[in-house]
Amino acid sequence: MNLSLKAPTAGTIAAVKALVFVLCLLPALDLALGWRADTLGANPIETITRASGEWALRLLLITLAVTPLRRFSGLHWLLRLRRMLGLFAFAYAFGHFTIYLWLDQFFDWNAIALDILDRPFITVGFAAFVLLIPLAATSNGFAIRRLGGRRWQALHRSVYAIAILAVLHFWWLVKADIGRPLLYASILAVLLGLRGWWRELERRRQLSVPPPAKHLEKKVIRLVPRQ
Amino acid sequence: MLIQKPADVLPSEITPRSLFERRRDFLARSGAGLVAGAALWHGLPDSARASTRLQGAPSALSTTEPLTEREAVTTYNNFYEFGTDKADPARNAHKMAVRPWTVNVEGLVGKPRRFDIDELLRLAPLEERIYRLRCVEAWSMVVPWVGFPLAALLKEVEPLGSAKYVEFVTHYDPKIMIRDVIDWPYTEGLRLDEAMHPLTLLAVGVYGEVLPNQNGAPLRLVVPWKYGFKSAKSIVTIRLTEKEPATAWNKFAPQEYGFYSNVNPEVRHPRWSQAAERRIGELRKRPTQMFNGYAEQVASLYQGMDLKKFY
Repeated sequence: MNLSLKAPTAGTIAAVKALVFVLCLLPALDLALGWRADTLGANPIETITRASGEWALRLLLITLAVTPLRRFSGLHWLLRLRRMLGLFAFAYAFGHFTIYLWLDQFFDWNAIALDILDRPFITVGFAAFVLLIPLAATSNGFAIRRLGGRRWQALHRSVYAIAILAVLHFWWLVKADIGRPLLYASILAVLLGLRGWWRELERRRQLSVPPPAKHLEKKVIRLVPRQ
Repeated sequence: MLIQKPADVLPSEITPRSLFERRRDFLARSGAGLVAGAALWHGLPDSARASTRLQGAPSALSTTEPLTEREAVTTYNNFYEFGTDKADPARNAHKMAVRPWTVNVEGLVGKPRRFDIDELLRLAPLEERIYRLRCVEAWSMVVPWVGFPLAALLKEVEPLGSAKYVEFVTHYDPKIMIRDVIDWPYTEGLRLDEAMHPLTLLAVGVYGEVLPNQNGAPLRLVVPWKYGFKSAKSIVTIRLTEKEPATAWNKFAPQEYGFYSNVNPEVRHPRWSQAAERRIGELRKRPTQMFNGYAEQVASLYQGMDLKKFY
């Protein structure tokens, strides 16, 4: 059992991927059906704006949780779900932004520009969305090969900053009850904190590499054979 | 004058009762709807269960705009003491006992007095006032309140010449309310001339019935030209003062919520554009009117004041 969990067959992974795909679609489906049936409360536009935004944030945090989960559990194949989760986070963010442009503002570009410039919570939310675009655009094998692994990774590290902006967007939106933003901020702090801690461990490990033995001091050790 | 011809029909006649009841039947089929319905019924005060009807005479101060659905008016509420989600008050406010209820009117008055809620219901003829309600969160409704002018109550207690402001203190019971989100008890305030204005209403009912708890039973303030949070709910003390009273949202975030908080499309708020609003039930936003469309009646109260400074 444990063995198959650690090294699942290609078929099992495909099945898990399909399941995660369907699960990620459910919130959107739920909102679409609620919209049709008019069961989203007195202010349905507000309901879908908030829900799509909150799901984007949740999926972003789930995406960031993949690496820690993988390290703690040893289930390395979890990494193969990360791209899909990240792309779903982007899809919900895109939906959230579209709902704002279309249903909330009805493409009133003046009001939208004023919102982005004038309202800090919209400024940071907009920045988070714009910064997600290059990440979504390069979430494919072709882009990784084209950019090279190192540059691709450097680009995708911006997801940490994006997650901070997204939490800030929620935090600054609420009037007084910061309960939910605080919850997401705490989760993000743990996810980022773990990475910081791992970096520190790695630094210490490198520092603690034992010094060369006495009898080898000042001696050149040739590793490359003479031509 | 902007005042339009009063509606000569009551909202109960405008909104088909049958429609509302069919909706309820539909809701009742789902378990959640059943529970919500039961909670609403349970929330009504004992004396109101026999008869919840509370009619008011039509008023010339009413708008003729179409009413917001009763369902929205009673389920989409800001009453933070019972939860910060709009649907929370309708779920939780039934815990508040609204009988017996007394309102203490005190401070700089000739005849301070403690009124029983039943006395207040007989204090002045009840009127139906259909007002626009504009929330600071950029949504709005049209609500058929039942109540009487605050001025009628204030005249009873004979304000002293030194009285300049009126402070409202609302019910606070930590046993049934959520943790402090802002400083409670919630307090609000008006200048005395604002309080005496004929538009300023003490509401005891809505939609031809006794106020549901989530709407601020048994007695709430309605000041239609100010953002909704000025209209304090479930009032227990009315105090006349010489100095401007501290108000709950102003204490919490003074740069966002001023003492006056008149509806003003030109004064920005850091979170919401106040230039437009979404009328609940409508898809597209509509422009917000100065003083929520009551400029004709109230603009003179603020003559010579810089409303960008006194927001």
